[in-house]
Amino acid sequence: MQLFTCPFCGPRPETEFHFGGDAGNARPGAEASAIDWTDYLFFRHNRKGVAREIWMHMSCREAFLMERDTVTHAVTATHALGSEA
Amino acid sequence: MTRHYSALSVLKEGMCGQKGWAQAWRSPQPAKRYAVVIIGGGGQGLATAYYLAKTHGVKRIAVIERGWLGGGNTGRNTTAIRSNYYYPESTELYDLSLRLYETLGRDLNYNIMLSQRGMMQIVSSPGEMEMAARQVNAMQLNGVQAELLDRAEVQRRVPIYNYAPDARYPVYGAIFQARAGIARHDAVAWGYARAADALGVDIIQQCEVQGFVVEGGRCVGVQTSRGEIRADRVGMAVAGSSGVMAEKAGFRLPITSYTLQACVSEPVKPIFDTVLVSPMTGAYVSQSDKGEMVIGGGLDRVPSYGQRGNLPQLETVLSGVLEMFPIFRQLRLLRQWGGTVDVTPDSSPIFGESPLPGLYINGGWGTGGFKAIPAGGTLFAHILASGGHHPISAPFDLNRFRTGHLLDEAAGAGIAH
Repeated sequence: MQLFTCPFCGPRPETEFHFGGDAGNARPGAEASAIDWTDYLFFRHNRKGVAREIWMHMSCREAFLMERDTVTHAVTATHALGSEA
Repeated sequence: MTRHYSALSVLKEGMCGQKGWAQAWRSPQPAKRYAVVIIGGGGQGLATAYYLAKTHGVKRIAVIERGWLGGGNTGRNTTAIRSNYYYPESTELYDLSLRLYETLGRDLNYNIMLSQRGMMQIVSSPGEMEMAARQVNAMQLNGVQAELLDRAEVQRRVPIYNYAPDARYPVYGAIFQARAGIARHDAVAWGYARAADALGVDIIQQCEVQGFVVEGGRCVGVQTSRGEIRADRVGMAVAGSSGVMAEKAGFRLPITSYTLQACVSEPVKPIFDTVLVSPMTGAYVSQSDKGEMVIGGGLDRVPSYGQRGNLPQLETVLSGVLEMFPIFRQLRLLRQWGGTVDVTPDSSPIFGESPLPGLYINGGWGTGGFKAIPAGGTLFAHILASGGHHPISAPFDLNRFRTGHLLDEAAGAGIAH
């Protein structure tokens, strides 16, 4: 069992967390084109190696930013969200 | 040298010390230029090369593989083959594959050990039984034979399942596809490789694609660890590495790579003669020819390229298996492994030209690429030969994520991932 560190609750088992997609995938405005909308909804960086992702801690329901390696699974940092969600 | 495989050639070679067998495929140096270069020497890529040469008569084809043939998901899956899908578009695709599998051993002159032992999907509540009837009806309307079994029939066919009155997920019945089954996964890759090589395809292993050669906005070749290789058309069939290739080509895909785990028990005598899945426990089992219980389940929930599983998901799957088959408590696990699967939002594959013209995609198979190898190869060969879609591949174009015509098979197929 891997532990992820929730910025609010501290280290918790990975099963309490839910993947929320790429960091910086900002929701477009109502006037956005179909291309922008579908980019936002479906298209992913899906990076191999270092990735910046949004995760939710299902216990406290807070979303946060996690930097981790998608090959080694090492987590380098977790932050409360600023303006980048 | 003996090239053709038959009982007679086994006998003949047995008499003279097995010295006369021809190499199954060559290991040529890459040429500077091909008509078609296919990235990925798994089942999909090798089948594509075979059908390009066989059906479309294309000369000068290369398959480029970073590691070894069938070393990715082709060699890591649980070998189940089925076509019990819900939508007509999916049925066209997966049943074409099953029909091709039925004659593949003869077509390739390679024993793929196909065993059509049927697949049983357990139904665990009255409400699910109604959905199961809908599923069976849909399959029959789509021309695929399927049966709805009642509890007594399931008990007759699989006596070792858990029918206890206090079972967490009681058996109300099952969906059964008799033509489903299993095949030897390595043999599918090797059989296609050998047959493609015999038709002149260059299979180049230990050669990594590091980038794409783009001229005038069009892909005209690949940069590899063994030099530049040019091609009129480039196809990628790289499963879990689709996102990595897309990044090198300068676009994104509607794909997230996850780990899918599997494991096998120690081998025991034949006790179980079908493929059985329980959507409620999230696990499925078949028994291999060697006697091992081959066990699979849902995805790990953490996106990963690690090719190894995490413990919580393994625990979920194994506890599911023990709930289904209490008798398996005595078994010891022999091996456990993981593969990187390319999961799309609608659990359907992606075919067609990529956003980089000249580069074509066969990917997004997620957890179900093995069963689709013959059809995937047939359709991708058509696309690479003609530059346009086959009628069966057209609904699976990348464009469906722009137009909204998704083929949401997530609920229609086996395990909910």
